[in-house]
Amino acid sequence: MHDYLKLKRAVARATTLALGAAVTATSAWAEGANAKINDHSPAFDVLWNHVIRDISIIGVLFAIVIAYFVIKYKRQSSDQVGTGPFKMSAGSAVGWTVIPIFVFLSIDLYTAANGWVLWNFQREVPADRLEVKLESGMYSWDYTYPNGVRTQNELIVPAGKPILLRMTSRDVLHSHYLPDFRVKEDSMPGRITYLWFYPTKPGEHVVTCAEYCGVMHSYMAGRVIVKSPADYTAWMSQEETKLATGNAPDKAATAEAAVTAAVPNKT
Amino acid sequence: MNLKEWIFTTDHKRVGILYLIGSIAAFAVAGIMALLMRAELSAIGPTITDNPTNYNVWLYAHGAVMILGFQIPALTGFFANFCIPLMIGAKDVAFPRVNALSVWLFFAGVILALLTFVIPDPPDIMWTGYPPYSTVTTGNTAMYTFTVLILGFASIIGGVNFLTTVAYMRAPGMTLNKLNIFVWCTLGAFVLQLIFVPVLGTAVTLITMDKYLGTNFFDPARGGDVLTYQNLFWFYSHPAVYVIFLPFIGVVYEVVSSHARNAVFNYKMVVYGGIGGIVLLAGEVWVHHLYVSGMADWLRIGQMVTTLMISIPVGLMMIGLVGTLYKGSIAFTTAMHWALGVVFLFLIGGLTGVPLAVTSLTVGVSETYYVVGHFHYVMAVAGTFAIFAGIYHWFPKFTGKMVNEFWGKLGFWLTFIGSNVVFWIMMDIGVDGMPRRYYDYAHFPQFESAHQTMTIAALILAVGFAITILNWIFGAIKGAPAGNNPWGSPSLEWTTVSPPPHGNWPSPPSVAEDWHPYDYSKMKA
Repeated sequence: MHDYLKLKRAVARATTLALGAAVTATSAWAEGANAKINDHSPAFDVLWNHVIRDISIIGVLFAIVIAYFVIKYKRQSSDQVGTGPFKMSAGSAVGWTVIPIFVFLSIDLYTAANGWVLWNFQREVPADRLEVKLESGMYSWDYTYPNGVRTQNELIVPAGKPILLRMTSRDVLHSHYLPDFRVKEDSMPGRITYLWFYPTKPGEHVVTCAEYCGVMHSYMAGRVIVKSPADYTAWMSQEETKLATGNAPDKAATAEAAVTAAVPNKT
Repeated sequence: MNLKEWIFTTDHKRVGILYLIGSIAAFAVAGIMALLMRAELSAIGPTITDNPTNYNVWLYAHGAVMILGFQIPALTGFFANFCIPLMIGAKDVAFPRVNALSVWLFFAGVILALLTFVIPDPPDIMWTGYPPYSTVTTGNTAMYTFTVLILGFASIIGGVNFLTTVAYMRAPGMTLNKLNIFVWCTLGAFVLQLIFVPVLGTAVTLITMDKYLGTNFFDPARGGDVLTYQNLFWFYSHPAVYVIFLPFIGVVYEVVSSHARNAVFNYKMVVYGGIGGIVLLAGEVWVHHLYVSGMADWLRIGQMVTTLMISIPVGLMMIGLVGTLYKGSIAFTTAMHWALGVVFLFLIGGLTGVPLAVTSLTVGVSETYYVVGHFHYVMAVAGTFAIFAGIYHWFPKFTGKMVNEFWGKLGFWLTFIGSNVVFWIMMDIGVDGMPRRYYDYAHFPQFESAHQTMTIAALILAVGFAITILNWIFGAIKGAPAGNNPWGSPSLEWTTVSPPPHGNWPSPPSVAEDWHPYDYSKMKA
């Protein structure tokens, strides 16, 4: 798997380089982003703004041309007809086809190369991660930590550590959406999907369901609570004690079925 | 006017008008659903209903009826029926009775869809009907399945009919390179319908079997797989976007060319590069609807490239459209207002699709209001504007009367402003994280004022639509006589009387060697 990802990344870079000078800047951006910080959500914002800027330029160019034509070629008298090129020479007809094709194709490949670089970044999980299992159900998010501690609708994590969620669902489709971290992925019965994110400083973030799941879909919300590493350790040892003494709080006890089974119970 | 004559008609023009009446009625109902949703969302917490299921049923009905009951039938039912035989110089379609069957099936489907509002436990599964929810809900999934199957069947027999008609019933001298752009577009759409509708039929039939007959196609606990449905569904439903896009852009080409009295720019590029390219690529991009569904990574990347490449044929069609304005004689009629409105909306809608083609950006904005805003711009509102442009354009032909221009333009401006406000704000709050299909947004209080603005703007656009529809009704009753060719177009449908008699022309037309539907040089007064 790892070699495969490396190969994919190599192909992405090769494509990027082949696209020429304009793209070199992007490749440098990706390298810089990789080296600087272990987080894909700022890279998302960079690429997002980049693409929005590009499509705005294209849109404005088209709009200016359209506005110019509409004003300039307004009908002057009721019997006037247009004098646009009805019969084009073969050369200009082909030129007006082939040149736009190459322009659009180069924009497409440039965008695709950038998107692919970010994609590899979003899908390659750092090794020093905290891995939490998630089982979604109508209508809650049930988290299980590696040591067996369970929480419901509250994912408590330490700042400065990548968090990997391995997700499945015990009933219908749900989608664990973290707007602040620019990431979501569906969870479903019968398959394990994953996403990861990188909380950098203590705070609270919304978790919300992004895949229609029934009557209470819009109320299927939770929180990611990012604690400082010291606070997280204190909280976790408290939870571990509760777990050891069989004194786990009720809300965790309701989060039943273990996520380890790929095949869920049908309820 | 004899009701029996209309119901049992085999005249393609009357069949078309029946399609128009049915689809505009469906549009009105689905539009009211949209207003109910906007009212519900005008404040945090329950407002007009305290049962989320009501909201979910409105949302289901809005999506399913707008797409299956309004846009596809209006474009491939009304416009194709009314215009294609007239544009190719045929006296009717190849199979007039099959045509009548298709409109009956369409009405059966629309009635079935409208029964949603009277049966207990109506479908609440969205127009996508994803399992496992659609197989475990108490809502009536079978209702959805049969609506889809009946409307799909109507569409398939319509497709067979029109492909045959264009292949065999063209007037003498009407070569393929003299077909109107609209005819080419509709042919492309019907080719896609014939290939892909059976896949949708399969998908919805299998969920109904899972729910009611105990099969396990989509139940992983018994060896099925939930993703299979999503693949089948979008394998049809993405091409369905082009089934809507192609005829609507074809209508816009006819309107722009006629009201600018100008030749379509680079006809062969538009036909072979634009329409041909879309038909070729349509079936290779469906995975962009599954970018966050847990598809294999390599498939997400592969279809990111094919999805981005859709910009090539679509870009060629935009160049053709803008080029048609070049050196034109542009009249700002009501039809031209709506058509230029489409160009503007489609420009925004098409370009805001570029980030959604990129897998890694979709991970952020998929399933948010950004997507909803984007597809309303690119397909829903642009398509509706195109349908309205076409109705204003051909209204003199199918009624023999002119429509009031003042009310037409007022309706346009209200709708245009209203829809831009609604869907621009929608994209904006979507980027900030507002998820779609939400009855309430208690944990996103920051979006409440945006929702309120959208609700007010939705009312403005509803008033614009209402003015437009009333304007047609008054025009059909009281409009001034139109004459045969009010816009001065060389296209064949304007050479017969308005409205055309049964059989279309007193004697079958033939076209001259040097005639072309876009050659305005001979149209000088």
